[in-house]
Amino acid sequence: MSKFKKKAANTSQEIPTSALPDIIFMLLFFFMVTTVLRETDLLVEQKLPQAEQLRKLEKKSLVSYIYIGKPKKTDLFGSEPRIQVNDILVQPSDIILFVTQEKDKLSEAERDQITMSMKIDREAKMGIVTDVQQSLKEANARKILYSTPKKVAEDI
Amino acid sequence: MAKKQRANPTVNSSSMADIAFLLLIFFLVTTTIASDKGILFQLPPKPDPNEPPPDIKFNQRNIFKILINSNDKMLVEDEPMDDISQLKGKVKEFVLNNGKNKELSDSPKDAIISLKADRGTSYEKFITVLDILETSYNEMYGARVGLTADQFRELDLKNPVDKERYDRARENFPKNISIAEPTN
Repeated sequence: MSKFKKKAANTSQEIPTSALPDIIFMLLFFFMVTTVLRETDLLVEQKLPQAEQLRKLEKKSLVSYIYIGKPKKTDLFGSEPRIQVNDILVQPSDIILFVTQEKDKLSEAERDQITMSMKIDREAKMGIVTDVQQSLKEANARKILYSTPKKVAEDI
Repeated sequence: MAKKQRANPTVNSSSMADIAFLLLIFFLVTTTIASDKGILFQLPPKPDPNEPPPDIKFNQRNIFKILINSNDKMLVEDEPMDDISQLKGKVKEFVLNNGKNKELSDSPKDAIISLKADRGTSYEKFITVLDILETSYNEMYGARVGLTADQFRELDLKNPVDKERYDRARENFPKNISIAEPTN
């Protein structure tokens, strides 16, 4: 028997895990609260162009979305870029109705501040974009946001 | 007595963490942290059909014309421009001219950038050019208050100090970017 017997540590080696579920639940609630489940199914392709001078939108409730791009189901809707609002593809003239509906959801004071976030595929042509903008002018929703992600630096 | 033998009625909670983890992973995967960023733009009001358009004579020198055709080629001040990186310098030179050069603007206040695209212009090109215009203006604003373009953009308008800076930069220096209706 060796004289110097290794002394066993007195302290318990186990990490207390009783608080683990609480911690996990806290994370869970955080993600549950911040999650926004995608509301609309995209019917059009969305490869947004990138830009640098971006601004953030402050009030989410004032924002409505318009998607423009080539339809995913080309056999059904053709290959020309189309406009999507909510869950349907529409004509530029239908935008006016859409804006009116969106404005009705807001309170009286906020109606003029409605912002249209335009998510437009980079392949789309300016013709269709202009048609939409004309409708927006008609509907008096003049604040628009060309939604773009931040440009990734290419050469530094 | 048989009653004393009964086991402690505790719920086995060791798998609680696993269940919570499962839920957590589900929400992690489905989360899309909404990122609403982009280039803000204010459309001009619809012209009133009852009123004829006001007959404003702009001095030609105060308008900086950018045309983009359906092949995404640019025409800047009636001269073709292939290298897009020159555009920023030209815009700044034009706006900050203050009447020195007879061809360029009288003052930043009068300067108007007119961006006109064709119906066949790709949206990507349009955004690229618009982004450059925004960059040049933000850099000029930033320079007025001693900031870079990025710092100027990050100014928080709710903060009085930042707001004062922002107002000082924008004073008598409007951002006149006009997007003309495309022609065919």
